[in-house]
Amino acid sequence: MLRLPTFTYHRPKTAAEAVAIHKAHGKAAMFVAGGTDLYPNMKRRHQTPTEVISLQDVPGLHSVDVLPDGRVAIGAMVKLSVLEHHPTLKQHYAAFAHAVREISTPLLRNMGTIGGNLLLDTRCTYYDQSHEWRESIDFCMKTGGAICWVAPGSPRCWAVQSSDTVPLVCAMEAQVELVGTSGTRTIAAGELYRDDGIQYLTKQPEELLTRLILPAPRGWKASYLKLRRRDTYDFPVLGVGACVWTDAAGVVTKANIRLGGAGSYAIAATDSEKLLVGKQLTDELIAAAGAAAQKPARTMDNTDLDVYWRRKVAPVYVARALAACK
Amino acid sequence: MVLDDPTTRPAQAKTESPWQHDKKKEDMQWIGKPIRKVDARSKVSGLQRFADDLSMPRMLHMKLLRSTHAHAEIVSIDVSKAAALPGVKGILTGKDLPIPFGILPVSQDEHALCPDRVRFVGDPVVAIAATEEEIAWEACRLVDVQYRELQTIGGVHEAAATMEPRLHDYGVRGNIHRLENLEFGDLAAGFAKADHVREDTFFFEGNTHLPMEQHASLAHFDKDGKLTIWSSTQTPHYLHRALARVLHPLPAHHIRVVATPNGGGFGGKSDPFNHEVAAAKMAMLTGRPIKVALTREEVFHCHRGRHPVLMRSKVGVTKTGRILSMDFQAYLDGGAYGSYGTASTFYTGALQTVTYPVENYHFRGARFFTCKAPCGPKRGHGTVQPRFAVEVQLDKIACDLGIDPAQLRLQNLAPRESLTANFLRIGSMGLGTCIQKVVDGSGWKTRRGKKEVTKDGRIRGLGLACSSYLSGAGLPIYWNGLPHSGVQLKLDRSGLVTAFCGSTDIGQGSDSVLGWIVGEVLGIDPLGIKVVTGDTDLTPVDLGSYSSRVTLMTGNAAMQAAERARELISKGVSEKLGVPASRLVFADSRVFDAENPKQGMTFQDAVICTEARFGTIGTVGSYTPPASAAKFRGGGVGPSPSYSYSAAIVEVEVDPETGIYRVPKVWMAHDIGRALNAAVAMGQIEGSVYMGLGEAMMEESAYRDRTHKGNRVFLHKIPSMLEYKSPSVFEMPEVVTYVVEDHDKNGPFGAKEVGQGPLLPMMPAIANAVFDAVGVRVDENPISFEKVFAALQAKKEGKEPRYGPSTGADGVPVVDFGDSLKIKTPWQGGDGTAWNEPKREKKAAK
Repeated sequence: MLRLPTFTYHRPKTAAEAVAIHKAHGKAAMFVAGGTDLYPNMKRRHQTPTEVISLQDVPGLHSVDVLPDGRVAIGAMVKLSVLEHHPTLKQHYAAFAHAVREISTPLLRNMGTIGGNLLLDTRCTYYDQSHEWRESIDFCMKTGGAICWVAPGSPRCWAVQSSDTVPLVCAMEAQVELVGTSGTRTIAAGELYRDDGIQYLTKQPEELLTRLILPAPRGWKASYLKLRRRDTYDFPVLGVGACVWTDAAGVVTKANIRLGGAGSYAIAATDSEKLLVGKQLTDELIAAAGAAAQKPARTMDNTDLDVYWRRKVAPVYVARALAACK
Repeated sequence: MVLDDPTTRPAQAKTESPWQHDKKKEDMQWIGKPIRKVDARSKVSGLQRFADDLSMPRMLHMKLLRSTHAHAEIVSIDVSKAAALPGVKGILTGKDLPIPFGILPVSQDEHALCPDRVRFVGDPVVAIAATEEEIAWEACRLVDVQYRELQTIGGVHEAAATMEPRLHDYGVRGNIHRLENLEFGDLAAGFAKADHVREDTFFFEGNTHLPMEQHASLAHFDKDGKLTIWSSTQTPHYLHRALARVLHPLPAHHIRVVATPNGGGFGGKSDPFNHEVAAAKMAMLTGRPIKVALTREEVFHCHRGRHPVLMRSKVGVTKTGRILSMDFQAYLDGGAYGSYGTASTFYTGALQTVTYPVENYHFRGARFFTCKAPCGPKRGHGTVQPRFAVEVQLDKIACDLGIDPAQLRLQNLAPRESLTANFLRIGSMGLGTCIQKVVDGSGWKTRRGKKEVTKDGRIRGLGLACSSYLSGAGLPIYWNGLPHSGVQLKLDRSGLVTAFCGSTDIGQGSDSVLGWIVGEVLGIDPLGIKVVTGDTDLTPVDLGSYSSRVTLMTGNAAMQAAERARELISKGVSEKLGVPASRLVFADSRVFDAENPKQGMTFQDAVICTEARFGTIGTVGSYTPPASAAKFRGGGVGPSPSYSYSAAIVEVEVDPETGIYRVPKVWMAHDIGRALNAAVAMGQIEGSVYMGLGEAMMEESAYRDRTHKGNRVFLHKIPSMLEYKSPSVFEMPEVVTYVVEDHDKNGPFGAKEVGQGPLLPMMPAIANAVFDAVGVRVDENPISFEKVFAALQAKKEGKEPRYGPSTGADGVPVVDFGDSLKIKTPWQGGDGTAWNEPKREKKAAK
């Protein structure tokens, strides 16, 4: 890894100004929040913005607010370490606080932000390498080459969604607020992502993610379970976000299960979800729902740990995540 | 300066000092006490200057352009664009450094910059120095190297099957670098007598040292024509020799190598490296100081780590588990160059007989050249892989025979003061005590096989494994009859004692060992002793910090130098004090009469008194290991002045649904002979546990091997600290350490090694513990979660509950080893020579 290349550092004072700077510079520009994802990527030279736009001075991105209707709005610049210790979140959104705590190390969480984690670059063991390494494979399509080495016959990139919070907030049906050149819009978190390792976001490049809005803590239970080699700082190679809505009788009315680390976006385990609706969460049902999750776990050989094993243990992890929603 | 008083020097360098190794703990002031290291405070406060901390005025930064091909011919190199980049001050290519080098005289197969061929992704081709590191890096990108691709050789099976192209034009044939075939005793007779015979196949994947400090060097060629290089090396003497060879006609005495404190070495800084040679040459070319600091990826390219080894072991035992015959085959994937590989090959066979007696022993070892970063010595050099195989195999044998694995080992201990089948001389032997300690401490007898279930549904298991390791190699890596270690002491009228020694502190505390030993002998505070090490201009030769040799060898040299100083001072003050020299005691920084302690003087006054009488005071000590009993060809690897012993019990908790396991606790006992400092010794033991844990659970030098439209991509899969997995603090278990002291007469105060031995039992103990927990065998290291899971799946499906390499004929490469060298064992009346060995002419020492 090299030192950072030279770049111009912008410190806009408003969201609109940040968006305008980005728009003006186009592909040469990138936003930086905590920098824990961008700067290492720049050191490896696989992201090379010459204009880096800091969001440090943009007001309104730094707080956690409980909205009148009970929802919670989290500013994009809030540090992950603030979230993991936040009393409201720990009490009412324990799964979310847990997922945040599963991200990397305390040191990184002191710098990293929720906005940055939601927009985390997709990862791949053919991509997260030094310039020299990538040169030796003639560069993959995510860094300007022509091939995806994970699936050489494939026309697309298979880099992996690797954020811990994304599968969970998608399962929880949280929302994200975006500021662009034509104003502010709010979309479901799940709509922010798409199934492509390069174009993994649906938003415009200059659109700024300003807030994450979690649903009011009523009527549902969520959980997040992470598979990785070391329980300290590894990225997920499987991250199960589950959210189950039940009625007064304990019957499941809706269930969302999202698999992170298993594809370029947080994949819905729809067969498992269907099994759950209309029934009570028994151990047998949970096991069956787990077993149904093997198919959507389309793991590829581009993360740590064996690809087939990750697929085979997905049912176990889904079942355990569901059990935590009981 | 008078270096020594000739009247006190014995005719022959003393190598045995019985009084010290028998000396009681309570009679010693410093030895055995947990005093701090001599460099502890500067290290923990960040003041220690490592190689990368050094800088000089007008210094340039150098970068290496490395091969992007696994195997290719260099067709052309165009550096014109790079040379035109502002800030670029010097460019070197292979033709500037035509003389090859290598750590072993038998494999001088490396060039600082590849002249005509690259042999792995990462092989250096061009060196560029510039005013800034970034400019040097950018300039490397402007170099146009045209390659013609050659066939990639990816592993031992491929190498064995590929006669052409050869990676090197030396070696046995094709891509076989070494073949060894040694037979001790009568194998067939042993197997015929055996009550039980089993054959197993094991694989141990390669892994790397992962020192925290990345290699760095600073080279300076001054106006007087003298070259100095400061470098993070474990072996300044060998680097000095390599530079003298490659930089010919620069005379060796114009070259100074200073070993900076190593931020971890583990064997990874024991070779002379491309960047060191290139930096030296670049300093001569530009006339400016040259700094080179490797990136983490480049450290993975330097490698010299653990060889991937495929092993097949056939063992015949009695009903009690006594090993009658062992037929052991090892196939080493050596990577692109020789490095220490010849020694590594022998080491995969050398110590099988030392841990437990083997009555008849056959070893076949083959090392292959492949298009990977070169393998070499990593902590436990070459002995780790066979240890894994044998300890797992013994666990299976215990299981087959229905004997407690601990009991099986206790029934089969090597006798102390004995010769092994392959003529290695065992001295003190504390393995029995080690086993007893961990068995008692862990509750082995009551807890093993109980399959306790944890709250989160994991199943507990306990596994045991043992090992032995050498305290320094009996022979140097190049043939000579000189001492392996030398120490000079300078005693100053201020009372200061300075110890000069060529050894290098790589974090293990070898500088401190010098201080403790000299302090003990002279009765002065070790922390007041100045230690100057690893500087070829200033310090006498020590072969380096490898092979667990430093405590024993420099320790003995330091002891001899200190004893001579003591004798000299005794003579110097005897008359003045009116006390016979033989009655003088050195302690508490005083020299005094044993019968009347008040009658004495301070150590400083004693030095002054002696200097007044004899002139400037200096003494020397040196150490040469005892001659080996192994006289057959290949007997040079394995002999050591003494052997350490270790026993480990590891507790695991396995999740039967996923194969994921954790290691909550380890009991590790190590026979160190005598702990010169128990706190530091325990640090080495715990460090070994950590490193062994990483090797067992996750570490692997895995390669990406993909082919698309005829193009094969073959390179290190994960050369980064994040993706090359090694344990974090979370995985580190609680460690119960037992320091067992079975004094050895060859060690200073009885000390043996501790830096490497305790690593060895970790991997097999974990494999055995996994078996105890869930009843499956993983015959392949690392014992990763996927493999445990696969074995559990096999068990579920009614197949053999095992994960590992093929046990069939195709499991190991087809290699013609030729006729074995046949050696009669000591109990057959053998004399250490091979009865069918062709006569060799004895080479004269150079």
